[in-house]
Amino acid sequence: MSLSAKDKDTVKLFWAKVADKAEEIGSDALSRMLAVYPQTKTYFSHWKDLSPGSAPVNKHGKTIMLGVADAVASIDDLNAGLLALSELHAFTLRVDPANFKILAHCILVVLSIKFPKDFTPEVHVSLDKFLAALARALSEKYR
Amino acid sequence: MVVWTDFERATIADIFSKLDYEAVGGATLARCLIVYPWTQRYFGNFGNLYNAAAIMGNPMIAKHGTTILHGLDRAVKNMDNIKATYAELSVLHSEKLHVDPDNFKLLSDCLTIVVAAQLGKAFSGEVQAAFQKFLSVVVSALGKQYH
Repeated sequence: MSLSAKDKDTVKLFWAKVADKAEEIGSDALSRMLAVYPQTKTYFSHWKDLSPGSAPVNKHGKTIMLGVADAVASIDDLNAGLLALSELHAFTLRVDPANFKILAHCILVVLSIKFPKDFTPEVHVSLDKFLAALARALSEKYR
Repeated sequence: MVVWTDFERATIADIFSKLDYEAVGGATLARCLIVYPWTQRYFGNFGNLYNAAAIMGNPMIAKHGTTILHGLDRAVKNMDNIKATYAELSVLHSEKLHVDPDNFKLLSDCLTIVVAAQLGKAFSGEVQAAFQKFLSVVVSALGKQYH
């Protein structure tokens, strides 16, 4: 299920449309994940405030989307582009990779809410594939 | 036994009261067949599924999407007894349709995304949590009679 040329073009085009809302998207997706999948809160026990729109959630949502932006820019070689982030997640953060899928789903839900007309089924499939490829690259260094 | 909060009951009833079953059902099934193309294996005699446009314009798919939404309605109306309500449907999907139960989750993810687009900002994190809990109970009930 690797990214076709069409998938890459679709992702880049769509990302160009949504990039200026990246912070909001990240914050909303992260808030949603914490609400819908409470087990994910276990990774953030060091935060004072886990409520939607709180300062740590907003800041971290932005951080995540900057990572996604990096991935879009490295779409032709995700393993190389995400090497440092993969090492971070593998050795320091040790986030169970199952959670990447969970967050990806939440990102897609937010995109569907914010861009109902643009988030067509064709865009959806390319983005879903992209986020899955991103997750694979992020898990590269785990073992 | 599934325990539902008042918020969850109200949220599920509210969401389904706002849905156009034909539009949402058709859009959801079409999206599922496009985003997860291997699900097309169950629709061999549904006509033209060659590309996204064909799938989205296919009247048999639209009709079946509506059937699915009406099936979900049964769970909405029997929230305290979803497992029993779906026993027959579970047998049908297992013995007659031979649907891999993993597909139920794929369809429910597509439904979440279609409903999110329709409800917009009203589809908050709490609402999404209630909706996904409901769908996971449905998915579990549909898989219960497989053996």
